[in-house]
Amino acid sequence: MTIWGYRLPGMSSLLIWALLWEIVGRSGYSFFVPPLSDVVSTLIQVLPSPAFQKALYETGYAFLAGVFFAVVIGIPTGIFMGKNRLIDELLLPWVNIFLSAPLTALVPVLMVLFGFGMKSIIITTTLFAIWIIILNARAGVMQINRSLIDMANSFGASPWESFTKIYFWAALPEILGGVRIGIIRAVKGVIIGQLLISIVGFGALFELYSANFLMSHFWAVLIVLFAMAFTISEFLAYLERRVSYYAAKR
Amino acid sequence: MAMPQIKEAVAPAEPDIAVSTRNISKNYGDVEALKDLSLEFPRGQLTSLLGPSGCGKTTLLKIIAGLLEPTSGEVEVDGKAVTGPGEDRAFVFQDFALLPWASVLRNVAFGLELRGVAKSEREARAAKYINDVGLGGFENAFPHELSGGMRQRVGLARALSVDSQVLLMDEPFSAVDEQTRRKFQEDLLELVAVENKTFIFVTHSIEEAVYVSDQIAILLPRPSRVSEIIRPAGLRDKDVDNIRRDSEYLDIVDRIWASLRNYVE
Amino acid sequence: MTISRSMALKLISALVLFGAWEIAGWVPVSYAFPTFLESMSALIRMALDGSLFVAYAETLKPLIVGIAISGTIGIAIGIWIGLSNWFDWLFSPIFIVMQSAPLAALIPLLVMVYGIGLTSKVFVVCIMAMPVIVLNTAGAVRNTPTNLIEMGTAFLATRFEVITRIIVPSASPVIFSGLRLGVSAGFIGAILAELKITPTGVGDIITFSRSIADYASMYAAIFSIIVLAVIFLNLLEKLEIYLFEGNVRGYASD
Repeated sequence: MTIWGYRLPGMSSLLIWALLWEIVGRSGYSFFVPPLSDVVSTLIQVLPSPAFQKALYETGYAFLAGVFFAVVIGIPTGIFMGKNRLIDELLLPWVNIFLSAPLTALVPVLMVLFGFGMKSIIITTTLFAIWIIILNARAGVMQINRSLIDMANSFGASPWESFTKIYFWAALPEILGGVRIGIIRAVKGVIIGQLLISIVGFGALFELYSANFLMSHFWAVLIVLFAMAFTISEFLAYLERRVSYYAAKR
Repeated sequence: MAMPQIKEAVAPAEPDIAVSTRNISKNYGDVEALKDLSLEFPRGQLTSLLGPSGCGKTTLLKIIAGLLEPTSGEVEVDGKAVTGPGEDRAFVFQDFALLPWASVLRNVAFGLELRGVAKSEREARAAKYINDVGLGGFENAFPHELSGGMRQRVGLARALSVDSQVLLMDEPFSAVDEQTRRKFQEDLLELVAVENKTFIFVTHSIEEAVYVSDQIAILLPRPSRVSEIIRPAGLRDKDVDNIRRDSEYLDIVDRIWASLRNYVE
Repeated sequence: MTISRSMALKLISALVLFGAWEIAGWVPVSYAFPTFLESMSALIRMALDGSLFVAYAETLKPLIVGIAISGTIGIAIGIWIGLSNWFDWLFSPIFIVMQSAPLAALIPLLVMVYGIGLTSKVFVVCIMAMPVIVLNTAGAVRNTPTNLIEMGTAFLATRFEVITRIIVPSASPVIFSGLRLGVSAGFIGAILAELKITPTGVGDIITFSRSIADYASMYAAIFSIIVLAVIFLNLLEKLEIYLFEGNVRGYASD
């Protein structure tokens, strides 16, 4: 977007929306929309509060643990599926099913099996993230240039060597793409898990604020959450662009 | 005997000019793509724009088509200044530009459709040209079912069906294989002889230009300018099978290569 | 009769998984883990007494309304964003943020504003489904091959004709797949709404049977909704391939 010859930065229109929010808030149009300035000042109060810190810590912990399992299980599974036709044919239908299945429906099962706590949330997060990671790692391995593998074999590479020195690196751009989408899904999973289990993390915080009609608090936490999610996704997209140079040159 | 007639059309000292460009310049920011370029295109003949890549030949063609606006200068078709695309010109695209969701029939009729011709009439006219380009029986096929050469025949039929006086062809044969291209070139010669249209033909192939052209404008790059205009005199009388053996053909190819070789990276 | 290798392997892998489920229920791994056969008989029982269908009628209502709304509005906004730089600058950031944000967090707010009825549930489906529909549509419109637009212009198409006869048809495969992803996200939203806002439909079966420890019914309901979603999305994908087969392959110039 250019205006009078100046190129406006991509996200700058958010300022206009922020201004609109402030005006709507000040007009007293709705109790549920406090002015942005109130929300921001509440935000500054809320950030250092123990309740927020605790929610952030719990959410971050569940998120990181969930992503960790999704990556550590997902990438090798995907690579094996890409290398081995039998494993691929046995697992692929299930991966595809869970990729598009409404996983929210599984949360009640997790709750009765693993209790109303951290464990269930971590598993929810992993379930949201893992399928796309598997699928992308598989796709990455399957598109590897055949002659790279022949080259490794002709120089006498062991299976482990070809796994760590060829397959992983040649599939890296796709793997990272999968991890990026997986992490974005994990952010959604961790919040959905907390909302349904609702006695830990931000789920509990939202419950508390909405029960007491603390609108500014509610919006403040929402903004923090959205901003963090957006930052994570942009950062990962940036990392992905850094490796895409060699994806194009293979 | 159609050939002598063509020869007569070439012969007059003051040929009838169908399209002329006057002092065309085109700048992209600070880059001069075309500079002060003037050319004339005689009616009923095929003029090639030939030059190394980056010499602005496609830019010039798109300016004539009215798809690009020149920074300065003007294009006249039949004495009228060009302000945009018009009914007097039809374009054949290098990458065919076929609608992937439409059948061959609808693709060929698309130009007429946009001119508001009624469905039954435009389909009858399209069917005729589909036959003319040798695609009879493929009316209901879709572009992805055709080979590259057949797709370009669709593009050609589309351009012919609107019956414009000027046919603008942007490297039309560069995306098809060598044998198909030769067949296309022969067909094009016949088309020029049969249809009384003005052809403007962009190519980067020296042999192709010499083979099909009445007039070859050689463009040189940075900034683009016309370095030379060559009019092969005796090739039109030759049988298509003998042109490539003709000494004039070989001489002109060599001469063009000698003047272009310094510009090839 | 011969069964193809891939079909046989699918059957084997289903047998292995459901067998493992059955055995895990026998062990049992947890008091709340019924066997596969118990769950399936609960499913058949609910299907026979009709309660399953009543529940689905309830569950699919917000889903269908929500998808219809976000489809119509989403595609319209998406086309507009794709066509106008100005609109793109103004609206894209909102949908880009929405795409990456955990929008489920808005649910408590929606409940406060719109109560616990159908409106809130429709809203949940909309906010889940809308971003991907808008962004896919906008991207597809923006990526219309320039040669096709140029061709239209050369053959004297008006701006309106270029949009209706070239840009929209050429964008439709990607728009459709955005719609499919929207439906997928909408399923997540519809179930989330039923579990979080008020238990109705399938969400009610899940919540109620959990509260009376009828785990077989709970597993059966969850199994059925996942199967339904997967079948429906697969059908959409088949339809997509059928409708746009030539579109996808036809762009290549070779």
